Amino acid sequence: MKKRRLGYAVLLLVAALYIYPFLIQLATAFKTDADATANPLLPWPRQWSVSVFRTLAEQDFPRWAANSVFVSVTITVGRVVFDSLAGYALSRLRFRGRNGVFGAVLAVIAVPSVVLLIPKFLVLNQLGMYDSYSGMIIPLLVDGAGVFIMKQFFDTVPVSVEEAARIDGAGPLRTFWSVVLPMSKPALITVTILSFQGSWNELPHYIVSRQDPALNTLTSGVASLVSGELGQGNQFPLKLAAALLMTVPVAIVYFVFSRRFTQGTYEGVDK
Amino acid sequence: MGTLLTTPVVPGTAPLRGTRGRRPLRRDGRAGWLFLAPTLIVLGLFMVLPILMALWVSVSDWTGNGSPFSSRVNFVGGDNYAALLAEPGLTRQNFATSVRNNGYFVVFVVPLQTAFALFLALVLHQKKLKGRQFFRTAFYFPTVTSSVAISVVFLFLFSSTGTVNAALKLFGVDGPSWFADPRGIFHLAFGDPANPPAALAGHGFLGLSWWDWLAGPSVAMCSIIVLVVWTSTGGFMLMFYAALQNLPPSVDEAALIDGATPWQRFWRVTLPQLRPTLFLVLTLGLIGTWQVFDQVYVLSRGNPANTTLTPAYLSYSTSFIGHQWGQGAAIAFLLFVVIVAFTLVQRWALRERR
Repeated sequence: MKKRRLGYAVLLLVAALYIYPFLIQLATAFKTDADATANPLLPWPRQWSVSVFRTLAEQDFPRWAANSVFVSVTITVGRVVFDSLAGYALSRLRFRGRNGVFGAVLAVIAVPSVVLLIPKFLVLNQLGMYDSYSGMIIPLLVDGAGVFIMKQFFDTVPVSVEEAARIDGAGPLRTFWSVVLPMSKPALITVTILSFQGSWNELPHYIVSRQDPALNTLTSGVASLVSGELGQGNQFPLKLAAALLMTVPVAIVYFVFSRRFTQGTYEGVDK
Repeated sequence: MGTLLTTPVVPGTAPLRGTRGRRPLRRDGRAGWLFLAPTLIVLGLFMVLPILMALWVSVSDWTGNGSPFSSRVNFVGGDNYAALLAEPGLTRQNFATSVRNNGYFVVFVVPLQTAFALFLALVLHQKKLKGRQFFRTAFYFPTVTSSVAISVVFLFLFSSTGTVNAALKLFGVDGPSWFADPRGIFHLAFGDPANPPAALAGHGFLGLSWWDWLAGPSVAMCSIIVLVVWTSTGGFMLMFYAALQNLPPSVDEAALIDGATPWQRFWRVTLPQLRPTLFLVLTLGLIGTWQVFDQVYVLSRGNPANTTLTPAYLSYSTSFIGHQWGQGAAIAFLLFVVIVAFTLVQRWALRERR
């Protein structure tokens, strides 16, 4: 009994450490600059102010948001389509070189992404894709981890269903599209969520694939907001409001699909 | 790092071979390559080709103008690598500093986040716990949130008039001006940062005096350490938690009946069974912490006094700001070697002893 109470106390303390920063962020976004500096511990504003949201709306923030939506949605659609196509080929279609390709995909997953930053810029620059939407989007259209998730899923689908379709004369694409994909909802949802979250939060790639401020996404834009304006006072409410707004879409996805995040992602990781 | 943490990695997956007997391999050949084409093109163009191209740039004197393959670009052999590792100068000193900073970062973050994650998983694993889903959701949320957004929050929390210092003041402690403080914490704890002993200050390695090597993470780096531990613990906690769920309860019960104390049961029964997960968490932690970039880019850009400079950020700034593309690419390759080396050492250290 005593032990359990101690467990709850520890959990509540840690939960406070995890939730309080977000409360502070929410409150500070509605504070005035002076209030934020004077009462940094207070999780509500002394006087409510929405002026920073107006400032953000008048500046480049809407443009960054539009870029983020466009880029992330395109990347998510691309990953769902291409990852499942590749995963299906690696799981079900029989052809020479399949195991080699699968090994190569696993090797690619293992390359540390930060190591590829400079190299990626070199290729984008060489191909004339630097500073364009295509350069921001195309390199992220496929991800090895998503291919892997889809392949693992297709491996668990019984073959008999497809064989019936194949015997009826359906080709691989038709079988894939109208028989297998409709059965693959759980894996498709997982890849959709991970792709959206990953591309929405991506920073380094949007730093090295563009320099035009008009192409800023929320991540690169808010980062420039933080480091660019040190001379004009702290402006913490403005920065925290920007960070708050950029968190909202992922937070919504997270709380709607929270079980899928906290269970699905790691299930079977180390079996 | 965000993507890394949400990427399920399965170590040692065996390649699929002959799962469905010996049917002719060529039957689906055309469809197979067609289905794989987008993946192969994108991964080839933006994962494999970049590595080859960067390998060339790292042995060239390209300065960012025109194509690195034009005739004006020369092969310089190992010069870029030598400037980082051998020749005395600012380049070598900066690289050594970045390795030192990141080394301390790894030494603090990996054990802290691993222990903290295991601890939380064990607490959550208790039977009859109420609100388990609530706690899990709360602890994991920072992991799915943008590193930029989290960094902005911590910029406020750790500013000199911020939340952390206000909280410290409640206990009568005057907090430092976190992100502006370059003093190493080992210097602060064991010596006088202004008066280094001559024996340590006079000699060094890679252009950095022993005194500087032993500085420990700077106060500024400590706030980034806190940030990263706070952010990434949730993901690792879920891994430990999933592993704990899969352990057969009979083993623990047997130990309980034999009269083992909770402490003994943890060290002798639970932890050995968690070995594969521990290995996974440590490996992912090592790989992730050697790549720290986003937080440095947003919060400090290597400042103050280069004490939050990391190889990943140095590689970026050397290339994009300093236009020394050869050196930037060389740093990226050296970082790659460091990551692979640490993964191998760690794999060796945690190998099954039989």
